[in-house]
Amino acid sequence: MDRLTLVLWIFDSVTGLGLLLLAGWALASPQLFRGIILFVAFSLMMSIAWVRIDAPDVALAEIAIGAGLTGALLLAALSRLGDSEPTQESMNRPIERSYRARTFRSLTASLLAAVAVALVFLILALPGDSEGLGAEVAASLDASGVSSPVTAVLLNFRGYDTLLELLVLLLALLGVWSLGGLPAQPVSPAVLVLDTLARILIPVLLLSSAYLLWAGTHAPGGAFQAGAVLGAAGVLLSLAGWQVRQRYTGVTLRLLLIAGPSLFLAFALYTIVAGQSLLEYPPQRAGVMIVLLEVAATLSIGTTLAALFVAEGPRNKEGQ
Amino acid sequence: MSSVPLFALVGAGLFCIGLYALIVYAHLLRKILAINVMGSGVFLVLATLADRTVNAAPDPVPHAMIITGIVVAVATTAFALVLMLKVAEKTGRAELPDERTG
Amino acid sequence: MILSDYVAAVLLLVGVFFFLAGTVGLVRFPDVYTRLHALTKSDNVGLGFVVMGLAVEAESWFVVGKLLLIWMLVLLAGASVAHLIARGATQRGVRMWTD
Repeated sequence: MDRLTLVLWIFDSVTGLGLLLLAGWALASPQLFRGIILFVAFSLMMSIAWVRIDAPDVALAEIAIGAGLTGALLLAALSRLGDSEPTQESMNRPIERSYRARTFRSLTASLLAAVAVALVFLILALPGDSEGLGAEVAASLDASGVSSPVTAVLLNFRGYDTLLELLVLLLALLGVWSLGGLPAQPVSPAVLVLDTLARILIPVLLLSSAYLLWAGTHAPGGAFQAGAVLGAAGVLLSLAGWQVRQRYTGVTLRLLLIAGPSLFLAFALYTIVAGQSLLEYPPQRAGVMIVLLEVAATLSIGTTLAALFVAEGPRNKEGQ
Repeated sequence: MSSVPLFALVGAGLFCIGLYALIVYAHLLRKILAINVMGSGVFLVLATLADRTVNAAPDPVPHAMIITGIVVAVATTAFALVLMLKVAEKTGRAELPDERTG
Repeated sequence: MILSDYVAAVLLLVGVFFFLAGTVGLVRFPDVYTRLHALTKSDNVGLGFVVMGLAVEAESWFVVGKLLLIWMLVLLAGASVAHLIARGATQRGVRMWTD
């Protein structure tokens, strides 16, 4: 037992050190492409850390969103940036190379080192054990309608967080659209292998999305992870050169985008009208309401994430 | 969890590395990466604090907040990347104009 | 430890060896094509051994099925992505390493 603790401690130390090194390399890499790849590796290592600190739900979200979607977004942006960047040199250019700039950098570094030391002392000064809200969540879990504590917090106890988060997602997409979106990427000739991969993987992704959604009520998983997998399916289709027919990019797309937030708002109004506080579901119906909310939220999250990746304005959507 | 909150310390380190890169590098894509690293650091501290329960499952409330945070982070990253591309389109380079010269 | 534990441990160690070999190839080989060769081949075999080792210790056939599914997905994705990387490299005119 003691030996196992030692092995785990070594494993954690290596993981922690790896995280710091990968973050440093990713940010300081002379080539942005390499930096992004290192950042994706950093995210994957983060999900190992999540598992080690007993947060499997977060690990799933990190893999699907942090590593997968963020990496795809960054690489797509880099490839669009392509021509406007004159030289490799300017990509790596810190603010300046002058004496003043160097003084500025070392001053920043020493200030931040002081901040780091202060943070370390603060963390070490925290009490080693704390009850947290785990006991309270466990006590009211029966009334929440689901048996997974994280899902209960996300969709019942702190449902307003999730409602606002869905609105933030929508707002980000509206921001992208109101900037006019991005010009369509030239459609490259279909690559047979990529196309076949998409044809095989899309059903698998849809299935795992549905599985994650279903598992979320009693195990790690839930609407966000399921929505992220759905969004990844959209990204894969877009990369393989598939396009949504124009007649689905109008009302259908918008309905999918607002399905989650509007169902949430409807339930919020319902609970207020029924004389309870905001999003306080009646216990006997909580389970059904949460599953409905999760289905709608998954559809909206998946569609929004895919639309953020495609990033074209809604008007110039002839192609998409 | 071990007695030393190892990953919380790593989180503090990530936050500082990210903040340094955010200040020092001019390229906007690098700044966006830096903000993401900072966010990961904050999440790590939060999750390590949730794991301080003795002989009990970790506190689910911070975990839920971190999942919310990850989704918000990807949304803001997507928006920031589009803003960066718009800046690059207008000025020819993905950097904010210098206050002194421009 | 019972016999199945030893079997699992040996299988896991063999898997780790293949991963290590693939990683050494990734670091040491001269160009993108040979690196892909090292990485995809040995990692697929390595993951196969790891999956077998975990399957020996699995609690139910359902878990074994899930593990096999994961392995097949990685085979599919790894092979396809390796092809796409090699294709991209060829199109950009990356020369093959010749001694």
